[in-house]
Amino acid sequence: MTRIDDTFARLKSEGRKAFVAYVMAGDPDLETSTEIVKGLPGAGVDIIELGQPFTDPMADGSTIQKAGQRALAGGQTLDKTLGIARALRETDQTTPIVMMGYYNPIFSRGVDRFLAEAAEAGIDGLIVVDLPPEEDAELCLPAQAAGIDFIRLATPTTDDRRLPRVLQNTSGFVYYVSINGITGSAEAQADTVGPEVARIKRATDLPIIVGFGIRSPGTAKAIAEVADGAVVGSAIVSQIADGKPVSEVLDFVRTLAEGAHSA
Amino acid sequence: MPEDRPNTYSAGPDESGRFGDYGGRFVSETLMPLILELEAEYERAKTDADFWAEMDFLWKHYVGRPSPLYHAERLTERLGGAKIYMKRDELNHTGAHKINNVLGQILLARRMGKTRIIAETGAGQHGVATATVCAKFGLKCVVYMGAHDVERQKPNVFRMRLLGAEVVAVTSGRGTLKDAMNDAMRDWVTNIADTFYCIGTVAGPHPYPAMVRDFQSIIGKEVREQMQEAEGRLPDTLVAAIGGGSNAMGLFHPFLDDPEVSIIGVEAGGKGVSEKMEHCASLTGGRPGVLHGNKTYLLQDDDGQILEGFSISAGLDYPGIGPEHAWLHDTGRAQYVSITDAEALEAFQLSCATEGIIPALEPSHALAHVMKIAPSLPQDHLLVMNMCGRGDKDIFAVAQHLGVDIA
Repeated sequence: MTRIDDTFARLKSEGRKAFVAYVMAGDPDLETSTEIVKGLPGAGVDIIELGQPFTDPMADGSTIQKAGQRALAGGQTLDKTLGIARALRETDQTTPIVMMGYYNPIFSRGVDRFLAEAAEAGIDGLIVVDLPPEEDAELCLPAQAAGIDFIRLATPTTDDRRLPRVLQNTSGFVYYVSINGITGSAEAQADTVGPEVARIKRATDLPIIVGFGIRSPGTAKAIAEVADGAVVGSAIVSQIADGKPVSEVLDFVRTLAEGAHSA
Repeated sequence: MPEDRPNTYSAGPDESGRFGDYGGRFVSETLMPLILELEAEYERAKTDADFWAEMDFLWKHYVGRPSPLYHAERLTERLGGAKIYMKRDELNHTGAHKINNVLGQILLARRMGKTRIIAETGAGQHGVATATVCAKFGLKCVVYMGAHDVERQKPNVFRMRLLGAEVVAVTSGRGTLKDAMNDAMRDWVTNIADTFYCIGTVAGPHPYPAMVRDFQSIIGKEVREQMQEAEGRLPDTLVAAIGGGSNAMGLFHPFLDDPEVSIIGVEAGGKGVSEKMEHCASLTGGRPGVLHGNKTYLLQDDDGQILEGFSISAGLDYPGIGPEHAWLHDTGRAQYVSITDAEALEAFQLSCATEGIIPALEPSHALAHVMKIAPSLPQDHLLVMNMCGRGDKDIFAVAQHLGVDIA
């Protein structure tokens, strides 16, 4: 059992939905970012998505892109991102960490070396936006062989014919992208997301977590009600961009977590 | 090692869109179904005689093809070596080779029922070509252009707007061509139902590198016939400038399996290919990576972050290169060199003075390499350089570099 499997088993036994929070590693700086990550489990976060900054985040809106630029300008590197995971593992052995980002920094490091370092740092899963199933040989299969979950995005364009291909080799959970678009854009609608989640559920036993376009406790609750959990990213990153102190950022995260957990 | 050499250099890509290890489909899941649909439509069109009949008609009557293969006599005399021919793609409608490809993609978009066309542009030539063909067919056109390029290519921005296109000045990231491509991809992923992404070079996710190459290959096919007519044989050397690499691939591809034809791609060396990275020479100064849907050589730092290119030519100012070029580089079938801004400026002026042709800064790089190699080649050596664009758009930039105030 991995930390991700354990987490979903525990949530299921408690009858609760998962709340997943995304933050960009190194934003606004390494120290603050590490402090925020270490505070997330206490704020009710069940799974942490740790963004690895990239110069060219094609699937992200301006909020996440600017967070990445702030992090890179502050000297954030892949090593430092793994360092944040290690720092969390000093105080927390149970909260899963999913590293999210783009393939090039991993490819540049070398896939085998990266996977060994990520496993050692306590990373449980990977979401790599620009690696569809057609490129599974690049990272997905080696990651699973190394004991790291490869979490795939399913989208409104993933039709029934394509769905088996997307689900094959997916582990941990499925990340359903609520809209056709980029992060931080149109608001997710529970009445359109619900049937889509149900459609995917018919094809897999994996938990379905929904992200993109969830900004408020109310939306987090509405979406969590029709799925196994909700992800919030840009809305949290916006708080960090506004220069809010760590305690206020974590208070905001807590309201989102309570929203999702009330579903 | 000869035993490792492929039997053919022109059969790629494989069914997963790879040229060797390069290429592929590194896009988000939202785009994947669209890319598969495009590939299927292109495969149908490729063997559809009606599709190519329409292309041929438009190439002839709208673009003005075939473009001449011109013996540059005074330039040949001046350099005192190889016999230099220019493939005159700068005479095309809109002033560059870009329209060869745009026509093909817009005809595909029409077949697919798409009504809104998006494009990225650097120097503005691909944007102008896209805006032009969209105007002709009554399609909505949105062009993404880095804010920095909007500033240094004002005439082309105005042209695009005259042609009815919306030009979006991209300020995200660092506001360059690669950021324009990021924003075009963001637009595409948001407007999948009605939008067709018309990529301007032989890069991006499969099938774009192969499809754009096929449309641009009209250049090399014409050169084969025209050289046969003029000299009764194949050329000895081909030289073309490379940003993403579409004009070069168009010239090179029909000759890849003629081992006697030597092939040279010229990258933008900016201020010189050095540790300072003030250049756009992905092959000579970069290493393999993944960006914009394909695996290829990229300018990047040690941590896999993409670096900005630097060149006097906005059209070459891109940190990557088409994946087929990456493969031709690794296999050794083509040779890749770089030319600095200063060398390109010198070639620009030589072309004006000896041939009465004002070249774009992009082919000026190719010409600068011709200046280097032609003098030491024999007089019966047939050298073809691709004059892929005309320099009207560049006169302001050139004047500035020469210290002349024409504003």
